Amino acid sequence: MKKIILSIILGIIIPSMTLASEDARLMKAKINLDDQESLQRGARNFINYCLNCHSASYMRYNRLNDIGLSNEEIKKNLLFTTDKVGELMNISMDPVEAKKWFGANPPNLTVTARSRGKDWIYSYLRTFYTDESRSLGWNNLVYPNAAMPHVLWELQGTQELIDGKLELVKPGLLSKQEYDQFVLDTTNYMVFMSEPVKLIRQKIGYFVIGFLLVLLVLVINLKREFWKDIK
Amino acid sequence: MQKTNKSSLMNWVDERLPVSSFIKNHLTEYYAPKNFNFLYFFGALAIVVFVLQILTGIFLTMHYKPDALHAFASVEYIMRDVSFGWLIRYMHSTGASLFFVVIYMHMFRAIIYGSYKQPRELLWIFGVLIFLLLMAEAFFGYLLPWGQMSYWGAQVIVNLFAAVPFIGPDLAEWVRGDYLISDATLNRFFAFHVIALPFALAGLIFLHLAALHSVGSNNPDGVEIKESKDKKTGVPIDGIPFHPYYTVKDLIGLTVFLIVFASIIFFMPEVGGYFLEHNNFVPADPLVTPAHIAPVWYFTPFYSILRAVPPILNSQFPGVAAMGAAVLILFVVPWLDKSKVKSIRYKGTLYKKWLTAFVVSFIFLGYLGTVPSNVWGQFSNLIPGIGGMDVATFVARVLTLIYFSFFVLMPWYSRVDKTKPVPKRVTYK
Repeated sequence: MKKIILSIILGIIIPSMTLASEDARLMKAKINLDDQESLQRGARNFINYCLNCHSASYMRYNRLNDIGLSNEEIKKNLLFTTDKVGELMNISMDPVEAKKWFGANPPNLTVTARSRGKDWIYSYLRTFYTDESRSLGWNNLVYPNAAMPHVLWELQGTQELIDGKLELVKPGLLSKQEYDQFVLDTTNYMVFMSEPVKLIRQKIGYFVIGFLLVLLVLVINLKREFWKDIK
Repeated sequence: MQKTNKSSLMNWVDERLPVSSFIKNHLTEYYAPKNFNFLYFFGALAIVVFVLQILTGIFLTMHYKPDALHAFASVEYIMRDVSFGWLIRYMHSTGASLFFVVIYMHMFRAIIYGSYKQPRELLWIFGVLIFLLLMAEAFFGYLLPWGQMSYWGAQVIVNLFAAVPFIGPDLAEWVRGDYLISDATLNRFFAFHVIALPFALAGLIFLHLAALHSVGSNNPDGVEIKESKDKKTGVPIDGIPFHPYYTVKDLIGLTVFLIVFASIIFFMPEVGGYFLEHNNFVPADPLVTPAHIAPVWYFTPFYSILRAVPPILNSQFPGVAAMGAAVLILFVVPWLDKSKVKSIRYKGTLYKKWLTAFVVSFIFLGYLGTVPSNVWGQFSNLIPGIGGMDVATFVARVLTLIYFSFFVLMPWYSRVDKTKPVPKRVTYK
């Protein structure tokens, strides 16, 4: 009986350990959802650079309240396509036209951090390089033959793939460190946007588990009291 | 005599509906063996999860839209704009997976203690029916978020019907209501998920409990407590009233379960992509087939069996038939087991070896079902017979063979196995 249970536990743990090592080539994005300034910078980056071709139409602007932005601040700095903070983050680009221009419709990015993962986004935005064979002149290491051009080239500069390694051949407006921070903030924001409730769900969780642990002590004693006379 | 002690209101009710005698027969004077261990928590837990799924499901249907254009967005709407919608949704998605954890443990308990053996065959059959319907319920529900895995998972499973000889393609089209998974499919799956199957499940659970209370619970010793009754009262000596003894004991199991449940909901609702698959956060796209389609973890042992069986004469039907047989064979287990004893405690080493092999094969089939079949590479072309074959496919075939051997060879090994003498009364402490 004990052996069987042990083999069950091992059977579950060992396969899941092998899964964890997947996608080791991605760079780790050391994001911090408690860092409100990083999230706010990320929101600014996202709305200015991404939210022209990509929509985030499950997300409402006033959800940015959760990362410390007031409705007035949102209205003043971040509303370009609407004048109501309760609106969804829609874009005005026509998906049919977009498909003609890029060959693929830019996907809705609201929950991309949950499908691709933070490391993917972080790595993707840092590994664009010039490639003459692509129609828009750009290619990507993480997502080969991506339809998207390097929107942030002005900031990062131009990278070339030389002997399988990326090299910065023309510097951009930001230094390498500044650019990495820029991408990290954006990734941080996209993780927040993919599940805004993550900020509070873990805090609620501690209370729930704490309550249940107290309850457990009580019910164990309750059972002992009742079962005293069973011999 | 007793009637005079009761309040007049209860008297009034009892004369019209036998509430008091029902409570007596099924709770306060329903005698359960006193030697239950932790494995006996899972039946009660299954009912709790069933009720939780119904309750959370009701609130989800208030906001969910069964429409191919709006389904995905409505789920995100629940996650963001509905007050505590995220909690309800995570409870439902986590509840679905934990339902299977609980049911698999419940079935494992029944198998090791021989709870399917005479006189509990019908009880077992109702249980297997519940398991079958639960799989259908989970499958229909999984399409509703309308993500890529929902869509392509449903595509793969419905296409299994197309493998049926002669009528297959027509049958698959009839199930889908279209040439591919579409809005029509989503709507009918929604109807099955929220009305048809929950009703059928509730009915079967009622029958399962009615049958249980008629024959009484088995226990880890596999001893019938009704065979040793107190001569005066007629009460089984080793039986204790279900209420309060097992209600308070089940509270411990319930609390531990809720701690696990809450840990997942609040700290890891995706469980690393096992409970909520990453690719299901991409809206369904009929034009983009994901590179790797895997069902949710609770289907993967059966999915592995499906993939392991090679096609015969270009027909996928053998695999489909094997997958079906892997579940349906459970129905005849009461008649495959020829052992003189019920419980694993008094069975011999031969049975224990087979059981271990079965459990290990089930778990590894489950793991292999979550990964592509080339996960362990291929055999060298130099090996005759299996050269060039995926290692994982070969392993899955061996495991499938073990899975079926556990059942098919049961009449033999359970008969020749050396058993230990069974005590007259249950062992307690």
